Amino acid sequence: MDGIHDLGGLEGFGPLPLEENEPVFHMDWERRVMALQMLMFFWRRWSLDMARFSMERLPPADYLQFSYYEKWLASLVNRMVSTGLITIEEISAGGVLKDSEKCSPPVSADDWRQFVANGRTSSRVIESEARFAVGDKVVVASHMHSGHHRVPRYVRGHSGEIILCHGGHVFPDTNVAQATGEAKYLYTIKFRASDLWSEAVDSQDTICIDLWEPYLVSE
Amino acid sequence: MPKTTDQDLHPHSLLPSDPTLRVKVIETLLVEKGLVDLKAIEAVIDTYQNKVGPRNGARVVARSWVDPGYRERLLKDATGAISELGYTGLRGEHMVAIENTESVHNMVVCTLCSCYPWPVLGLPPNWYKSSAYRARAVRDPRGVLFEFGVELDPKIKIRVWDSTSEIRYLVIPRRPSDTENMSEDELASLVTRDSMIGTGVVVVPEKQLERH
Repeated sequence: MDGIHDLGGLEGFGPLPLEENEPVFHMDWERRVMALQMLMFFWRRWSLDMARFSMERLPPADYLQFSYYEKWLASLVNRMVSTGLITIEEISAGGVLKDSEKCSPPVSADDWRQFVANGRTSSRVIESEARFAVGDKVVVASHMHSGHHRVPRYVRGHSGEIILCHGGHVFPDTNVAQATGEAKYLYTIKFRASDLWSEAVDSQDTICIDLWEPYLVSE
Repeated sequence: MPKTTDQDLHPHSLLPSDPTLRVKVIETLLVEKGLVDLKAIEAVIDTYQNKVGPRNGARVVARSWVDPGYRERLLKDATGAISELGYTGLRGEHMVAIENTESVHNMVVCTLCSCYPWPVLGLPPNWYKSSAYRARAVRDPRGVLFEFGVELDPKIKIRVWDSTSEIRYLVIPRRPSDTENMSEDELASLVTRDSMIGTGVVVVPEKQLERH
């Protein structure tokens, strides 16, 4: 989707909001949003890609204005409503209603500690051979679909060189609909800054980005 | 495949405008419904407030500076080498270590969201998640570095890594000169979070130099 989240190369945002000795969280509510976001995942109603897609679909004005954890909360709420975990009536009432379904939490504190230490691999074995190898020159698709994908506008249609092959990884474009774990080969592609940006015409700098096989064609 | 729809409903707009209240409403609802456990909430907070953070990454970097065998393993299989020090798990399942040299300086960004190697660096700072950094890092890396007070020799090439997948990147900064006599612990104390994102370089405070 050509959404507001695709920020690479946009101009006009001004200086960086740097802060000396920044705390991990600025406000108590931020840590609670962080925790809710992590824990609600265990209801298995969405994949990581679906979570990202719901963030990308926030209204652009909200996306730019909200702080990071406000974005997390807004997209989490939208996701919980659209998957039926909570209802608009419950939000409006600010609590459970008489006919609200009562559940048991899927994860305890101990489950969490184990989960965070193990993580969750996105790597998958693919039976067929990879189409590309390190050193190959490839071109990125010029046009992308309106669903969730991971091809920033600034590399579309551009040529680059494969510098790393990561094997099969869960493919965001399909994992967003059903967490089937369908995988495609993933590569790191190196682009010349001078190919991407008009003002970088004399630059020797490079930009490396991870792209899945279906996003690429041979040069 | 779900498509973007301009008819998306946005129930989040029904919430109170004050974030503290907004979160309170949702947390209360989720706890009352039995959708989350309060103790688990505290455990998640404890993980990111107290357990993981950039000190983990600093230990990885310091080890790579003093142990050539480790450095080699780190550059070849970062996930494995980092797990040797006990740092594993969520948002760090697939690590790649990228080494700064006298001719290349690496810098990491996530232009599409805020991907970041949590097990070694903890949660990202605000600037990393800001629109300004996400927009500028790939296009104006030298301008970004200048704001961090880093001025590279123009001959040093910058390589920006845009984390668009579940691969997470850790920059191995250059070891400062005159640190041959420092212990691994002392070296780790010099390594900053920003130097492992590539928006900083490692320097030795003058006081420490005098001691050696």
